[in-house]
Amino acid sequence: MSVGKPRLAVFKFASCDGCQLSLLDAEDQLLSVADALEIVYFPEATSRMEAGPYDISLIEGSITTPHDATRIQQIRRDSRFLMTIGACATSGGIQALRNGADSAEFMRSVYATPGYIEVLEHSTPIADHVAVDFELRGCPINQYQLIEVIQSLLAGRTPRTPGHSVCLDCKRRGTVCVTVAQGIACLGPVTQSGCNALCPSYNRGCYGCFGPASQINLVSLTSQMEQDGASRQEISNSLQNFNNNAPAFREESRRLQDRNGEPD
Amino acid sequence: MGDRKIKVETLTRVEGEGGLFIRMSGETIEEVRLEIYEPPRLFEALLRGRPLEDAPDITARICGICPVAYQMSSVHALESALEVTVSPEIRRLRRLLYCGEWIESHGLHMHLLHAPDFLGFESGLEMAKQFPEAVNRGLRLKKHGNQLVDLLGGRAIHPVNVCVGGFYRIPRRNEFQKLIPDFEWGLNAAMETTRWVAGFDFPEMVSDCEFVSLSHPDEYPMNEGVMKSSLGDVIEVEQYEEEFEERQVPHSTALQAFRKSTGRPYLLGPLSRINLNRDQLFPQARKLADEIGWEPVCRNPHKAIIARGLEIVHAYEEGLSILRDQHLAGKPRETYTPQAGTGKSATEAPRGTLYHRYEIDDQGKIVEACIVPPTSQNQAQIEVDLKHVVSESMGNEETELARKCENLVRAYDPCISCSTHFLKVTIDRH
Repeated sequence: MSVGKPRLAVFKFASCDGCQLSLLDAEDQLLSVADALEIVYFPEATSRMEAGPYDISLIEGSITTPHDATRIQQIRRDSRFLMTIGACATSGGIQALRNGADSAEFMRSVYATPGYIEVLEHSTPIADHVAVDFELRGCPINQYQLIEVIQSLLAGRTPRTPGHSVCLDCKRRGTVCVTVAQGIACLGPVTQSGCNALCPSYNRGCYGCFGPASQINLVSLTSQMEQDGASRQEISNSLQNFNNNAPAFREESRRLQDRNGEPD
Repeated sequence: MGDRKIKVETLTRVEGEGGLFIRMSGETIEEVRLEIYEPPRLFEALLRGRPLEDAPDITARICGICPVAYQMSSVHALESALEVTVSPEIRRLRRLLYCGEWIESHGLHMHLLHAPDFLGFESGLEMAKQFPEAVNRGLRLKKHGNQLVDLLGGRAIHPVNVCVGGFYRIPRRNEFQKLIPDFEWGLNAAMETTRWVAGFDFPEMVSDCEFVSLSHPDEYPMNEGVMKSSLGDVIEVEQYEEEFEERQVPHSTALQAFRKSTGRPYLLGPLSRINLNRDQLFPQARKLADEIGWEPVCRNPHKAIIARGLEIVHAYEEGLSILRDQHLAGKPRETYTPQAGTGKSATEAPRGTLYHRYEIDDQGKIVEACIVPPTSQNQAQIEVDLKHVVSESMGNEETELARKCENLVRAYDPCISCSTHFLKVTIDRH
């Protein structure tokens, strides 16, 4: 880290702002974080706009324009520690749904006239463009995890962000399994923890905000869903969520699409 | 004076990515552009072919600051297509959820984004060093809003509990009651905050814009009503697309909106809502409006910060009345059978009226979606008002003029991520 307080920058690409808002939503820690760091670039929160170098850069959003593909390269050069925050930055976001479509057709279907801005055919995660030092998952991220990572960086220790699945958190919370008890389809067994198993506690299935957990057996889950009566189209659709471009979800979703209509 | 150009590359303390460009030739303003260069995310296309149940979750992702607004407009439009009527309890709970979002969104804007302009700071965090009490109070208010959305929605950003027909689960009464003490404190704190901002030194300005917002005979507008205009017109939400049109401009990834009948832009948001619906404010908010001398029609856009304060007071009052309600039980949602049809709805997002239209098929799939966010509608009016500021301040040097323009833009609390779902694009194949 540089002499004096570490310099923090927050950058936005194609996204909804929800993940950087998580930092402002950590009301109880916000002023102490602002005190421990120099927030030197964070357009949403401050008019102070200093050029790099930066000790910590938080990146929200996916790369969707040629201009942004260039901008991220410069940010990488300017940053000692670069961390992506949220599903857009770590997997391409909901807007990556256009990657699988015939995107020219996709665009034409919405926009009748040729335009003013160049847009890339695909929405891609930051790690497809530059080296990323740490990825924080979630749509949106968990503000406590964000504060934990920032604190661990300041203290020079490894961040504690679990990689297990949502299922484990349901057991911890004592939530009755919505699949077993009510037959509700749920991505909990294959989705990474981070939300404190939120959706099942509200009586609905997990829809995969935190993306695939490590070491999952996705085919086992989708086969079970088929046995429970869901169509391959419906299952594929459920994987086409805010992490549709995360490799595990993307490949299984495609496999199901390819087999759609085939006999079992 | 020869040619002058003023360019603000990146607007700060606004949600999303935009800039400003002003070109003058002598005493003539040649061009004033609020440039929106936020990359498009093509939500209307993403929704096509999806099950209608996905709409509240997907459209929430248009904006992290006002996801509830997207969820509310989408569920009401889809319920209209499905001919579903929700119970009075669900209707009240949805208002409660909106109260939470208004408190959170307005609280954020007032304290962290807008107030620094009046007191000469680069951020709310810097301002906290000299005004710790006001900033901490603001953060607490914002936190209450988040806690309410957190309880009823499951989380503050991208709530999970909203569905077509109602909610997945209605929280227990004791969970609601736990929030009451904080809300009682917050109601007073919100009044203090509003008095505080009402005392700011406001630039003089009179905008002759047309104010537009939803309006309802029995309540302050949130989830239903007719569109009302300060010109005296009343427009049914069904007629929205016939009355308001969006045009494409080269410098923006958002379309700009105009009234078809006048050919002129119009303004949505807290200033319009208060001007058109003041009598529907809850008693303490209404009394406070009188106490601080809110004009019958306030035409100074800079004073929108006071309107936000009054709306926070209202949201606390109405929120409390719902939290104290003994009868918030009943079934969490109405069931429905998919049927082909079209549904339209407008609700009041923190930044103004948000219109959604969906066409669905008999399998419950979305055939077409149309989303018209408030900021893209306000953009044309913002540019008209910017011209006004530039013409009044011709003699200022560049930095000062740019600062004045930027302050004006911030007064509208533009939400730029929201506004860019429309874009005419060329695809770069690399």
